[in-house]
Amino acid sequence: MQEKLVSRAKELLSDGTVVRVLGWRKGDTDFSAEPAFFESAESLDEFTYDGFCGANLSKYMIKASKEEGKTLVFLKPCDTYSFNQLIKEHRVDREKTYIVGVGCDGKLDIEKIREAGCKGITAVTEDGDTIKVATVYGDKELKREDVILERCKACKGGKHVAYDELAEGCDEEKPAKEGRFELVEKLEAMAPEERFAFWQNELSRCIRCNACRNVCPACSCIKCVFDNDRYDTAQKANTTTFEEQMFHIIRAFHVAGRCTDCGECSRVCPQHIPLHLLNRKFIKDIDEFYGEYQAGEDTDSRAPLTNFTQEDVEPSIVKERG
Amino acid sequence: MPIDNNENKEFKPVIVAFCCNWCSYAGADLAGSSRLSYPADVKIIRVPCSCRVNPLFILRAFQKGADGVILCGCHPGDCHYSTGNYYARRRMTLLFSMLDYMGVENGRTRVEWVSAAEGVKFSQTMNEFIEQVRSLGKNVRLEDLRCKKN
Amino acid sequence: MQRIGVFVCHCGTNIAATVDVKKVVDVISKEPGVVHAEDYQYMCSETGQQKVIDAIQNEHLTGVVICSCSPRMHEGTFRKAAEKAGLNPYQLEIANIREQCSWIHKDMEEATEKAVILARAAVAKVMLDTPLTPGESRVVKRALVIGGGIAGIQTALDIADAGYEVDIVEKTPSIGGRMSQLDKTFPTLDCSSCILTPRMGEVNAHEKINIYTYSEVESVGGFVGDFKVDIRKKARYVDMDKCTGCGLCQEKCPSKKNLSEFNRGLSNRTAIYTPFAQAVPNVPVIDTANCIHFKTGKCGICSKVCAAGAVNYDQKDEVITREYGAIVVATGFDTISLDKFDEYYYNQSKDVITSLEMERLMNAAGPTGGKVVRLSNGEHPKDIVFIQCVGSRDVTCRGKSYCSKICCMYTAKQAMLVRDHYPDVNVHVFYIDVRTPGKNFDEFYRRAVEEFDVDYIKGQVGKVSEAPNGRLLVQGSDLLDNRQIKMEADLVVLATAIEPSKDARKLATMLTASMDTNDFFTEAHAKLRPVESPTAGVFLSGVCQGPKDIPETVAQAGAAAVKVVGLLAKDKLTTNPCTAESNPLFCNGCASCEKVCPYGAISYEDRQVNDHGIRETRHVAVVNGALCHGCGACTVACPSGAMDLKGFSNRQILAEVDAICR
Repeated sequence: MQEKLVSRAKELLSDGTVVRVLGWRKGDTDFSAEPAFFESAESLDEFTYDGFCGANLSKYMIKASKEEGKTLVFLKPCDTYSFNQLIKEHRVDREKTYIVGVGCDGKLDIEKIREAGCKGITAVTEDGDTIKVATVYGDKELKREDVILERCKACKGGKHVAYDELAEGCDEEKPAKEGRFELVEKLEAMAPEERFAFWQNELSRCIRCNACRNVCPACSCIKCVFDNDRYDTAQKANTTTFEEQMFHIIRAFHVAGRCTDCGECSRVCPQHIPLHLLNRKFIKDIDEFYGEYQAGEDTDSRAPLTNFTQEDVEPSIVKERG
Repeated sequence: MPIDNNENKEFKPVIVAFCCNWCSYAGADLAGSSRLSYPADVKIIRVPCSCRVNPLFILRAFQKGADGVILCGCHPGDCHYSTGNYYARRRMTLLFSMLDYMGVENGRTRVEWVSAAEGVKFSQTMNEFIEQVRSLGKNVRLEDLRCKKN
Repeated sequence: MQRIGVFVCHCGTNIAATVDVKKVVDVISKEPGVVHAEDYQYMCSETGQQKVIDAIQNEHLTGVVICSCSPRMHEGTFRKAAEKAGLNPYQLEIANIREQCSWIHKDMEEATEKAVILARAAVAKVMLDTPLTPGESRVVKRALVIGGGIAGIQTALDIADAGYEVDIVEKTPSIGGRMSQLDKTFPTLDCSSCILTPRMGEVNAHEKINIYTYSEVESVGGFVGDFKVDIRKKARYVDMDKCTGCGLCQEKCPSKKNLSEFNRGLSNRTAIYTPFAQAVPNVPVIDTANCIHFKTGKCGICSKVCAAGAVNYDQKDEVITREYGAIVVATGFDTISLDKFDEYYYNQSKDVITSLEMERLMNAAGPTGGKVVRLSNGEHPKDIVFIQCVGSRDVTCRGKSYCSKICCMYTAKQAMLVRDHYPDVNVHVFYIDVRTPGKNFDEFYRRAVEEFDVDYIKGQVGKVSEAPNGRLLVQGSDLLDNRQIKMEADLVVLATAIEPSKDARKLATMLTASMDTNDFFTEAHAKLRPVESPTAGVFLSGVCQGPKDIPETVAQAGAAAVKVVGLLAKDKLTTNPCTAESNPLFCNGCASCEKVCPYGAISYEDRQVNDHGIRETRHVAVVNGALCHGCGACTVACPSGAMDLKGFSNRQILAEVDAICR
């Protein structure tokens, strides 16, 4: 796969279709990958596409859209939803983007591989639903389903909603996975005290590193409201933990109806806070109250929070449903 | 503990009421001119429309020690600006649902549609809301520092 | 450094009996920023106001807080006083310590404590007040009326009679609208064209009125007082200036078998045509889809016979741009399609017709010369069944949930006239309710029943089909007698629901005017501003706002005209300074704000910004202060906080929250 993508990228660079390529290269370890721009055929030697390329590249197109010339970007199916949402909000320039849709079988979580008992890992190779892990203590085989990223467990399916061309193998039908709201439902079923304890435990670990904000394709504000002194909410060292709560509630609220559920927030959180459960709660509520809505599915529909019907539910529903 | 009980009796909640200028603020004025009393714990902030109320304002109130926040606007369909309260309704429904999801008592937040003619409703609503917030006691879940596990 | 003055009113004993005003003055005078605090018996009195003026001038106050009654009472009074003293009137805030404090609390200590908190919140807010100045914008002294039916005609005449120029844009070749298609009008039974035609002539002759027929609004820019409208004048292929209206071209045109829109397809017209004899202007148009010349390049007879040389096959559409101060929507209605109502057999039988077709049938200038006949064979009918509420008050998704309002009365009219002209014909009317609220309406309906023996049956028709003998079989129910009815009829007339004109939604989008789910234009306030759209400068006339009969339409048309005249009479518009404002440095251009704005006040511009040394062009929101009403919906839709509301800014409201929760 990787070789094919690289050769296609080289073709598009050399025939002048694009002037740069947005893809991934190896990160600090072999089991991580980071977004990278490539401007020449030679530099593409560093290009990588493997099970650890979870990073959603669509947000980087904001920067690329300001540059001269067209950019080739590789987008996985779920990334294309984010890209569409960015188009809708006039944050990226479709004319300056050449999208090659790449296939995805669920990206791997190295932490989960380690948790599965792998120490001293030297190589990880994918073979369909089997993940082969080579370690200094011998080889091990794991099931893909067990070691994929949390967000991939609720995969939206294999459909690219925006692309110029699809890489080989993308055409096979892959249905969306069930159970996207399982954890949200589990929390909803808890007593309020338990829910509070759950979130207190999770959010009190927040160190306000802003990784969630920086990676989120919906958090594309030039200046965040938490950095805006006109609001008097400008970020500073948190004086109270309430500010963490407030930050995460407001952040989730600001992306409500715009969040495509790409799960990047939870993937990058160094404290492993399941932030996507906040976003998913809003998504679930929106689906229930205002009809099913998938942000990024198209580029022109009206988002739920900039829309209404006269028959909308009243806020008292929160109390009534107990 | 007996001391707590005593405190509870004395407990005077801090309640912030956001009222839209055209209906609810006028409704509050009517409650006043009709001498329909409600406890002094309620302090009203006048906003042009319920759609002016940012979730940030509500969280800020809780952060600074409010025990309850209520938002009053024109009845759906009667908004001075035609559609403002419809947006407010969606925003508050989602925000309140989220606060509930995070374990904050849902009795601390409320939206009520009060017209300029509903002085009685305004006063009744405030009395009810205060009673409810009093029964919940001091807001410890969202207020400063107390979120931290000790 | 802010210098705030606080004035606490006793309001006689209204406040002072429950609030310790001296204590409020004492406590508030210690607040940071407060340099002056005093109390007085009646702040709103001349003396009280003078105290405010003196303090502003002597103490060089930068902000004033009045602790008194509701701002809804005296905010204006005190703002004027502040202005007189040289302080910007928007740097004054009211703390409502009467309606929201002294009048509702009994305990003095509690009430005093609350008054102090309210005063503090007002001080916190006033500290962040900025001087605001109402803007000014010009008023173009010309109105545009969209739609040339009776609503548009009446509005145009009333505006023009007041001395202002009016343009009427009408999409069909003639003004006159639906009313010109009607035979008689209820409840007086005077002939529709006899009362309408003089009005059409008046409009045509009025020196202040300019009519663009066969034209459509293509785009609308600008805002109240200063709209810029593109109007597409479709090519008629006949020179308006040269044509004498002799009609020879229509006589000679060989393409004669085209359905007449005016007669609802019940008769034919030529390819070059005027829709009806009294058309204004009396200048034909060529229907290129059916014209032999346009189809084959041959023929050209009309051009040859036209002595005036008015026919011009090379004419092109023309787009003109005009400026207006006000726009009136008078786009009217159409009847709904009956494709989903097969039970009434409309598409299957020529003898099932809509009531508008019945109007044409009964009209002396109509396709049958006013004779009511079965359209299938031209025979005289013996039994006619009228069915009411066809698609009206229909909660299934096929029809309309609303009442079309006019059907009960025109059905009574048509039934009565049939009985009057043809006493041998039996007339039956199926109805859900007969609704006759209007002057002389119920009397009219009673006459139909009592004097003209029209057979009213309460119940709905379930099915119309063809009987073996070629007549129609009507099956319905009689709810009063609780029995099923089967009857044969020769003609069935459907009181078809009316709906807003198909183009209305496109127009609403151009005007940024709001519509309800049925595509009727929404009024600014259902009771108090029924002829205005929420979009400033856009007014509503006739059925575009909701179903209406002719007298109501004319009344609303006049009301809309008065509103327009009131606007055009102004030389300048002052705008509310408490409007939204977007900071281009923070704006992402995501367009959330634009979507929630009910007034279309937000647009997007590419602006050069200098963000801490980075110069770039950004796509940012710009608020038009002349259109913004200051609701603040956009400020919350904005995730970055770029959008703020002057007079109720984010920082101000947060400062109030902080002061209250302190």
